[in-house]
Amino acid sequence: MTQSEQLVIECGAPAQWEVAERAARSSLKTQVARLERELSAIVVDAFPHLSPAELPDATGAAIGGPCLLTLEALERTRDRLAGRVQDMRRLAAERVEHERFSRELLERMKLEPGRYKFVRLPVRDLGQGGCGVWEVRPRLGLIGMLAGWWQVKLSSGCP
Amino acid sequence: MRHGGSSGTELELGWRAREVEQELPELRLVVAQTQVGRPSSLTADSPPGIEDRLRELSNRFRGARAVGVRREPVPAAYRVFFRHIGLDPDVVQTPIEAAALQRMLHGGFLSGGLLEDILLIALVDTGVPVWALDSGAVDGPLGIRPSGEGEPLGRSSAAPLLPAGRLVVADASTALAALFGELAPGHEAGAGTRRLTLFAIQVDGVPSLYVEQALWTCHTALAGP
Repeated sequence: MTQSEQLVIECGAPAQWEVAERAARSSLKTQVARLERELSAIVVDAFPHLSPAELPDATGAAIGGPCLLTLEALERTRDRLAGRVQDMRRLAAERVEHERFSRELLERMKLEPGRYKFVRLPVRDLGQGGCGVWEVRPRLGLIGMLAGWWQVKLSSGCP
Repeated sequence: MRHGGSSGTELELGWRAREVEQELPELRLVVAQTQVGRPSSLTADSPPGIEDRLRELSNRFRGARAVGVRREPVPAAYRVFFRHIGLDPDVVQTPIEAAALQRMLHGGFLSGGLLEDILLIALVDTGVPVWALDSGAVDGPLGIRPSGEGEPLGRSSAAPLLPAGRLVVADASTALAALFGELAPGHEAGAGTRRLTLFAIQVDGVPSLYVEQALWTCHTALAGP
């Protein structure tokens, strides 16, 4: 390598590095935007059963004020957000499973109420709004309890 | 740079520091000068027309929309931008989400005085937040830049000091507001302010029309009935 070639490379290196860093930052911002939209979609779809505030890192993530983020800070933002999206996805999947189980339980309660005496199932667990509760109760109170007459009733549950 | 908004309001684009322009090329500060035409004080109770509008917006903005607002294009754009500048919108709420939360907590958009109500109406209508400075306390054109270490926020003797690198809205000499934050003490429009400098922050994904509409809503409402 001649001396002039080496000079060209040395002069050009910082500019190339700057261009590469800018491209990396742009790519990170695009990823952050995509993750943010995905997180919002999960939160809205799962409302009111899931909230990002329930996640362990929900309050410790802010840097403190608006600023121009370094490449490292952008990476941390992306990684934290990706983690949060993953956690929310997991919670949403668990929620879907929980609702499926609750629906099956309600079906069984309706089919054989005598096997589920006094079992209470909030409608929230079925993915519905409101504060009603499905409950297996004896028909006609004490008489029903002694006679084995059980039924599933939906109480409003609201105060 | 000046340009007339599609609404006829004279709008001005604020300057940006070089590093801000390079890092956040989509960020714009849009400024409008407004003369208050209403005889009442800016902190006085709003006239019936404004209060009716707030009530109407309260009725339109119900729980389902408050929850889903983060997925609407303009609020979503601000959420993304918050992430890009190191703010977590689940911790530091975007202006429209903060308004939605207040709406849910209080059962409606509560009146907070003429100017506050007008800014709130513009925000809820468009999703674009607008701030109002007392033009008499602004020195030269507004722009966005990072703060210097220990720089005061405002010209008052009680001005809080900023750490280095905080993004601020500034005039020619002084930081007047943290970006998406509180205005510097002593620079807000007061009860008797007659000339206002309104500004809105446009980010990637927010159409210019929405920003113009927000500023135009404030401009016309302040100009008079």
